[in-house]
Amino acid sequence: MTEAVLLSLRNVSIAFGGLQAVRDVSLEVPAGTLSALIGPNGAGKTTLFALMSGFLRPDTGRIIFDGQDITGHAPQRNALTGMVRTFQIVQPFAAQTVRENIAVGAHLREPRRAAALAAADAVAERVGLASQLDKPAADLTVAGRKRLELARALAARPKLLLLDEVLAGLNPQEVAQMLPVVREIASRGVTVLMIEHVMQAVMNLAGQVWVLSQGELIARGSPAEVTADPRVIEAYLGHGTASRLARQAA
Amino acid sequence: MKRDLLRIAAFAFVVAALAALVDSGVWLTFIMMSLYGALLALAWNILGGFGGQFSFGHALFFGCGAYAQAIAQVSLGINPWLALVLAVAVAAAAGVGVGALSFRYGLKGSYFALVTLAFAEVFRILAVSVGFTGGGVGLMVPLRESAGNLQFGSRRGYIGLVLGFAVAALVVTAWLRHSRFGARLQAVRDNEDAARAIGVDPFRTKLGAIVLSAAFTGSAGAFYVQVFQYLDPSIAFGAHVSVEALVGAIVGGMGTLWGPIVGALALHTLAELTRNLFGQMPGINLVIYGVVLVAIVMFVPRGIAGIARRRHD
Repeated sequence: MTEAVLLSLRNVSIAFGGLQAVRDVSLEVPAGTLSALIGPNGAGKTTLFALMSGFLRPDTGRIIFDGQDITGHAPQRNALTGMVRTFQIVQPFAAQTVRENIAVGAHLREPRRAAALAAADAVAERVGLASQLDKPAADLTVAGRKRLELARALAARPKLLLLDEVLAGLNPQEVAQMLPVVREIASRGVTVLMIEHVMQAVMNLAGQVWVLSQGELIARGSPAEVTADPRVIEAYLGHGTASRLARQAA
Repeated sequence: MKRDLLRIAAFAFVVAALAALVDSGVWLTFIMMSLYGALLALAWNILGGFGGQFSFGHALFFGCGAYAQAIAQVSLGINPWLALVLAVAVAAAAGVGVGALSFRYGLKGSYFALVTLAFAEVFRILAVSVGFTGGGVGLMVPLRESAGNLQFGSRRGYIGLVLGFAVAALVVTAWLRHSRFGARLQAVRDNEDAARAIGVDPFRTKLGAIVLSAAFTGSAGAFYVQVFQYLDPSIAFGAHVSVEALVGAIVGGMGTLWGPIVGALALHTLAELTRNLFGQMPGINLVIYGVVLVAIVMFVPRGIAGIARRRHD
């Protein structure tokens, strides 16, 4: 049985001025999986997310989501089709309460206010924000804001959730609290693609990992495979490191 | 929503009762002009307070409504009640035009403010140069007092009219607080990219807001024409209307239901006081507006309604 592909990128590239931020990236995200996109800082991960979700339009290449060519579609249109992203730098609607924030997401599929607010309560329960529903979003801690970012996206009932570093800036205890939340989302049938630097989380959660370095995909495989890949080690630690480490180990 | 509507009904009842009980012409005029200021501020608040799009050129919509009202009566002989509908429609259409142009190209913040200001100025100059506006001489609406002609012998008739518009604007504002459209509008105000990511179309949302805002501003313009029966380009498209609309909303509290009412009342009280204290110095109220605005922005950036809310928390 072949798994259905939910999102596929075909030879996607984008340059900013002289900088080739993403170069000829092709990948396929199977439906129902939890995968991760990793890579050193500046590798182009967030740019790739912006391309997938429609915030940026690729110079070349196609993006196909759920069997539909969505290259160049606006993010709001993609959200309606079922792809929702979160932001690495959290973007709360600061003047509004947690409940109102989440309800904006719920309104994507629910025109009635009361029903959207009820849906917001239910989503808050899932991500552990139930006790803070009436707080202004601006008063949340970093961990709270990350949960809010997740909740708002989740309320939009996506098929594919793009999580941009939802664990960044959290302490180990907060990371440990967040992992089951992400796992629960995936277990309910939402396909999740996450950018993550916290390797503990990647090893723990992801079935498949792509490694991006300087705008190019340099590896893909299980977490164990990619972390053993010499090209990945070199991308993170510098040219020649893999062989040096191998010599030292010998 | 229900609670907001009850409060609005109570407000309408109190104002109507006051207008019925008060006999002095000075006080009736005060009530009328405060409501007129409140209508402008409420209209501006829909786009500026809930949508975060700060227009410096609401005079554009005011002037379009006012000229439509005046021209329809004077030149086309249309009944003023019908002209009122036309005036609101013309102002709303101007909102579509300005909104489509500026939001299509993603103008925000000071750029949007400047574009609206520029539009109002262009229209002011056009109104001077073209024929059907009466040019710099202006348009005079002939005096024919009757309710059917939308001209009232007493201020009370006009108070009823402007109260009706203000209540409608309040109901729309209450709806913004409790509806999907309002939630999306505030989301766009607070963070456009985050709103896009969860499926909000900022263009359509902001366009909806500017149309509502323009329509109510146009109704204020039409009201002005009926009350004062005279219109010229600088009354219609001059900066003072734009300033009155935005200062009322900012002083009262942007993005709140009652802020524009409170702000307009405070400003009109202040204007009356300064007029009594400083005699007939022209433009003194604008100077006062400036000082009040600076003080509000410095000390109570969330407006008078913002203080009340903070106490409440």
